[in-house]
Amino acid sequence: MTTEAFATGPAAAPTPNAPPKMQGEKVCVFYGDKQALFDVDLKIEPFSVTSLIGPSGCGKSTFLRSLNRMNDTIDGCRVAGRISLDDDDIYDPSIDVVELRARVGMVFQKPNPFPKSIYENVAYGPRIHGIARNKADMDEIVHSSLRRAGLWNEVKDRLTEPGTGLSGGQQQRLCIARAIATRPEVLLMDEPCSALDPIATAVIEELIDELRENFTIVIVTHSMQQAARVSQKTAFFHLGKLIEEGRTEDIFTNPRNKQTQDYITGRIG
Amino acid sequence: MSAGWLVAIVLGIGVLAYFFSAQRARAQRDQVDRAKEVPHSLPLYHGWFAFLLSTLPAIIVLVVLSAVSSGLIEGRIRAEAGTHIPDPAAASLQVGIIHNAAEALARLGLTGTGVPSTYAALRDAASAAGISLADSGEDYMLPLAAGVNEEAALHRLLIQGLALLLSVAGAVFAYSRIRIRLRARNEVERIVLWSLIGASTVAILTTVGIVLSMLGETIHFFSEVNPLNFFFGTVWDPRFAAAGSGGSEGQFGLIPLLAGTLYIALVSMLFAVPVGLMAAVYMGEYASPRIRSTVKPLLELLAGIPTIVYGIFAVVTLGPFFRDLSAALAGGFAFIQAQSVFTAGIVMGVMLIPVVSSLSDDVITAVPRAMRDGSLALGATRSETIRKVILPAALPGIVGALLLTASRAIGETMIVVLAAGVAARLSINPFEAMTTITVKIVNQLTGDLEFNSPQTLVAFALGLTLFVITLGMNVYALYIVRKYREQYE
Repeated sequence: MTTEAFATGPAAAPTPNAPPKMQGEKVCVFYGDKQALFDVDLKIEPFSVTSLIGPSGCGKSTFLRSLNRMNDTIDGCRVAGRISLDDDDIYDPSIDVVELRARVGMVFQKPNPFPKSIYENVAYGPRIHGIARNKADMDEIVHSSLRRAGLWNEVKDRLTEPGTGLSGGQQQRLCIARAIATRPEVLLMDEPCSALDPIATAVIEELIDELRENFTIVIVTHSMQQAARVSQKTAFFHLGKLIEEGRTEDIFTNPRNKQTQDYITGRIG
Repeated sequence: MSAGWLVAIVLGIGVLAYFFSAQRARAQRDQVDRAKEVPHSLPLYHGWFAFLLSTLPAIIVLVVLSAVSSGLIEGRIRAEAGTHIPDPAAASLQVGIIHNAAEALARLGLTGTGVPSTYAALRDAASAAGISLADSGEDYMLPLAAGVNEEAALHRLLIQGLALLLSVAGAVFAYSRIRIRLRARNEVERIVLWSLIGASTVAILTTVGIVLSMLGETIHFFSEVNPLNFFFGTVWDPRFAAAGSGGSEGQFGLIPLLAGTLYIALVSMLFAVPVGLMAAVYMGEYASPRIRSTVKPLLELLAGIPTIVYGIFAVVTLGPFFRDLSAALAGGFAFIQAQSVFTAGIVMGVMLIPVVSSLSDDVITAVPRAMRDGSLALGATRSETIRKVILPAALPGIVGALLLTASRAIGETMIVVLAAGVAARLSINPFEAMTTITVKIVNQLTGDLEFNSPQTLVAFALGLTLFVITLGMNVYALYIVRKYREQYE
């Protein structure tokens, strides 16, 4: 558990030679007999935002979900190849999947606050993992998580009200606060803005940019502008294959692959 | 002509009306200039409209007027029997005999001068034809029975004539109205709507009827027994008075029965709720689809076992088993009686397990998948997710399910009749026999009885009390379930 991530916040810019935070090597995912991902090789750089783009059904969400083994909850799903976190194979039998998910948090497409109070929503993860030593500690975690998620000013007077009563954008920020309260190292975001209006989207994009200081972020998005705005690295998926990956500005200004170019100019997808 | 034939004829008219109307509509359709006028409905709908118009009113009139007619005749018999026998209790027996005599006359084909002059003669003629009649008939009944038969025949003729007339009129009316722009399709839709409404009110109206009939008898009961003694009496001792001696001897205290009912229901819920809930959690959260698709129907199969079978199991197997077990445990003294609150509660609990698990499983699986994913993605284990997210989210629905289950437990009859015993006493020892409201209803109504003494009428008061309790619980359960549903929609 990287407690110092909160305290010091190593804001180091991604250096090309730093070891990847997560890495997929020849990742194949099957749903029953159907293969959804084909030999994907992708490195996730630490303390940067990697965006996964591509048309619907291209496997980007599947790849994202295999990074914290959320695919395990789907019946008949099977993963082949190697995915590592800090060079440890996360599909190794010795890995505790519960612990893995505490290190690799996730924010979903649709805001899914629990039907509990705002405070309890954020305190859920820390409580389970015993991060807080006492009530004051927990208060501090909840407050700082809400502050980091940019939600503090809006909810500080109603922490005991149900989280389901917030607006869509606020709910999504609550879910982000909930995810970062567990102090993960990697934060996966599955189209976090697709259910939100443009203003709420802008707030969340700004938030993602700030969170990069402390977390390694992987985001799936349908919006090319969003990928260009928030990410340092972009990977383009098509029909279950990783077509092209690279620095975001390169992908958007100078794609090497014809398919990538067609997609970002709106000709396919 | 019997009613069956009449209905067949009416249906025949309807079928003819269908074909001719469809034919006519088709002919009009073929001739019309579509540039000027667009046909509104398909010939099919014109046909259906004619069919419905020629059958439905006729059949409704037939049923309603027949009911009215039989009511009138019943009234006449009662009135005339009353002039011969002043005692209302005895008169109601006579009414039954008159009915039978009238039926025998009709079946023997005896009318007018053919009617025998004495009851004994009729009885002999009837028994020769294989119809048995009561001994205690009297001669005054014969002219009355014959008159009733004549009146009934007249009614029948009028009703059937009216029904046929309506049927033909409906067919002709529908046929003559056929136009290119007639909205037969919408008319059929409206009739369909009304029949659907009719179907859905049948159950409701029946319930209202049940309540009203019970209410009448209950008021009758309370006119002889003080309601305070009934609702707050602690002694149940409804001595059966000798027939005719009348009087409200005996004590009708509801409390011991209510206590037994609630106690047994409590024991069964204590057993069924944890087991059923855990089964539901397993099926909803852990079981693979293959196991779920086998186990869930199996569990629901339990719900289809007739409760009398559970009762037999309790009385033949489980009751003696518990008795012997307790004897073995306590060194010879069987502290669990073969018929006891405990045995009845456990067996009823087994019966309730599928109810609890099936209802709770529906509620648990209705919790959105996003909740599970959200919790799992935070590094929670499955059981943490269930305890901290899913069960709290499903709690209102589960409470509703449990209330529905409890009302089943309270209204359950056959298991307790066999397994709980008939001793109406107040006790807190679950290993002794107690009895329930339903058992006493069965007790009071078993046998050939007239509903005119408090000993039998009390059954209606008990039934109504039970009805009010379970209705209240069901309404509250529905309220809770509905409130919960709104949360995710």
